[in-house]
Amino acid sequence: MKNIITTVNGVSTVVHDDPWSMPGEDDSGNRDYQIVSLERLLVLAESGESLQKLYGVVLHPDDDPGVLQPWLDSLPLIALQFPRFSDGRAYSQAYLLRARHGFEGELRAVGDVLRDQLAAMRHCGFSSFAVREDKSAEEALKGLEVFDLIYARSVSTPQPLFRRR
Amino acid sequence: MYRYDEYDRALVQARVEQFRDQVARRLSGDLSEEEFLPLRLQNGLYLQKHAYMLRVANPYGTLSADQLRVLAKIATDFDRGYGHFTTRQNIQFNWIELEQVPDILQLLADHDMHAIQTSGNCVRNITTEAFAGVAGDEVIDPRPLAEILRQWSTVNPEFLFLPRKFKIAISSSASDRAAVRAHDIGLYLYRGDRGEMLLDVMAGGGLGRTPILNERVKQALPWQHILTYTEAVLRVYNRYGRRDNKYKARIKILVKTLGVDAFAQEVEREWALIKDSDAVLTEREYQRVAAGFAPPVYERLDLIDPEYGAWLARDPQFGLWVQRNTQPHKVTGYASVILSTKPGASAPPGDVTGEQMNAVADLAERYGFGEIRVSHEQNLVLPDIRKQDLYPLWKKLTEINLAKPNVGLLTDVIACPGGDYCALANTRSLPVTRAIQERFDNIDFLHDLGDLTLNISGCVNACGHHHIGNIGILGVDKSGEEFFQITIGGAQGKNSSLGKVIGRAFRTEEVPEAINRLLQTYLDYRELDEPFIETVNRIGLDPFKERVYQTPTATAQVTPEEASV
Repeated sequence: MKNIITTVNGVSTVVHDDPWSMPGEDDSGNRDYQIVSLERLLVLAESGESLQKLYGVVLHPDDDPGVLQPWLDSLPLIALQFPRFSDGRAYSQAYLLRARHGFEGELRAVGDVLRDQLAAMRHCGFSSFAVREDKSAEEALKGLEVFDLIYARSVSTPQPLFRRR
Repeated sequence: MYRYDEYDRALVQARVEQFRDQVARRLSGDLSEEEFLPLRLQNGLYLQKHAYMLRVANPYGTLSADQLRVLAKIATDFDRGYGHFTTRQNIQFNWIELEQVPDILQLLADHDMHAIQTSGNCVRNITTEAFAGVAGDEVIDPRPLAEILRQWSTVNPEFLFLPRKFKIAISSSASDRAAVRAHDIGLYLYRGDRGEMLLDVMAGGGLGRTPILNERVKQALPWQHILTYTEAVLRVYNRYGRRDNKYKARIKILVKTLGVDAFAQEVEREWALIKDSDAVLTEREYQRVAAGFAPPVYERLDLIDPEYGAWLARDPQFGLWVQRNTQPHKVTGYASVILSTKPGASAPPGDVTGEQMNAVADLAERYGFGEIRVSHEQNLVLPDIRKQDLYPLWKKLTEINLAKPNVGLLTDVIACPGGDYCALANTRSLPVTRAIQERFDNIDFLHDLGDLTLNISGCVNACGHHHIGNIGILGVDKSGEEFFQITIGGAQGKNSSLGKVIGRAFRTEEVPEAINRLLQTYLDYRELDEPFIETVNRIGLDPFKERVYQTPTATAQVTPEEASV
């Protein structure tokens, strides 16, 4: 995928050789790094195909992230969609995957992903960002360099401010 | 008042810089209007009919004298000399230049204020009643929990892009003066058998085009869980609330669709998984915040002040004002004073000039403890006034046109800015407000009518809360012409109810006569001191309808079916 920012150990950088491809994207390159739909994942799992480290999955904003429970230990990447940046369902999905289901792999924001929302996404547990392709990922990176103190708890700061102040 | 610490201050300062950068990117074209829109809304900035409008947050309606002076400065330096206080206890400035907004926000931040989340599909300003901390009938001061909710909801990253706006109100008095039941979440705070603080949580209220009063989803919630439970409600709403239709996106539609019991169960399931987390509020945090609301040092005063009593006897005008515009205080010898922003035709409801704000700030320091409140009815309140100071205060308020003795009366109208300003409104609510205030200017008649609320909205979005006015007026557009539909029987407070339409809608110039006939009907039927709303409840709508529509002065033009589309 193009225009990707990843955050590793708190450091965010623009990645130029991201191996993943979204469903339907030209995947002539690396066939080992496909992000598949939930439906496809369920078919693959049913057929007994090994899911280890090969497939990522993308959820629809309406999906209950709990359905991925059986594969959370092996899935390397889960992508959550922002059909429009003003559609905030994926923030709650991200929170649930991280805080409730203990997902530790890469959590990627895809869709209408823009600079001014990246800090909130990071708070909710996203670790990579597929910035909308007509926007500069380098510019968007500034969205992760902002002051992002919050009062409430979040995935990235599990203790609310009142327990720390 | 709650005082900002270094965290609060750092947050609002950083927010100013962030928005300054976003405005620069909008002006340079890096941000499209569509991308900029939610960013500016979450900083209180609307694009209205003629200009940008900035809505500044007055958390739960509380201001210091210095903060009010800052609002006066904004009115004078950046606007046309006045601001408009709203039903959510905020203030709006109607004539703002986009380029100047970062400087205005800087001015606010430098005085521990902000405009964060006064708009947009996020948790809005937390409201409570204007007499919090001083009301004679108060059970518990709701402000510490309101402030804790304010902090928790501010830039809460999971809940910045909800399906629709989200309003929370909290009240803890014998009378609910915060319209709790018209809120997405309404909280009633009270004491349990062992003196512990408990909350009844109401969910799914809202006015707009589908008015619904909220219903109880949780009884006797321990106060420590105010944040975990709110989080559970918001997570359920964020995941399952409708996003395909803006008019069906409020939580009230979700609660109604699922049914309140099923909704409550869904919330309960979510809450069970987070209620034993670090989000549980601590006694230490409650005490830290509550310290900011410690009562001022009141003087020990006698119940009866002879000089005050003498002025009451000597000056009937003063007596009228005391009767309507003061409220019992929990401390002997004090009263809370309501400054009516509804002088009549000379100013729209809620509009206050910069000069008036400065004068009020001075009076708050001279006669009170330097604090001012904004009421849900769009009036200002000086919460702590010694009864012996009421007379000189009244004199001074009269000089600045803030002493109309009409609080709670027919002319204490709640009204939205309407089509004169608002891009959403399809009718102008202010001319009809003015027409009513002009027609019913006789103060003795108004006092004889007694308690009566009149609420006017310029469109179905219902910012003037017409559904919960004893008399409600809704502007509707019919082929480019303005008509006004009248409801009666609405009420806010513990006995909240939604008004019912009396019949066909009226032209602007017909509205005062229609109101007059409603009032005459009431006067004919009322028993003893029965207020308007109780007469309506007792005799029903029919006698009112008959009188209003008996002769053609109130010409019918639109059927109710058409008008309610």
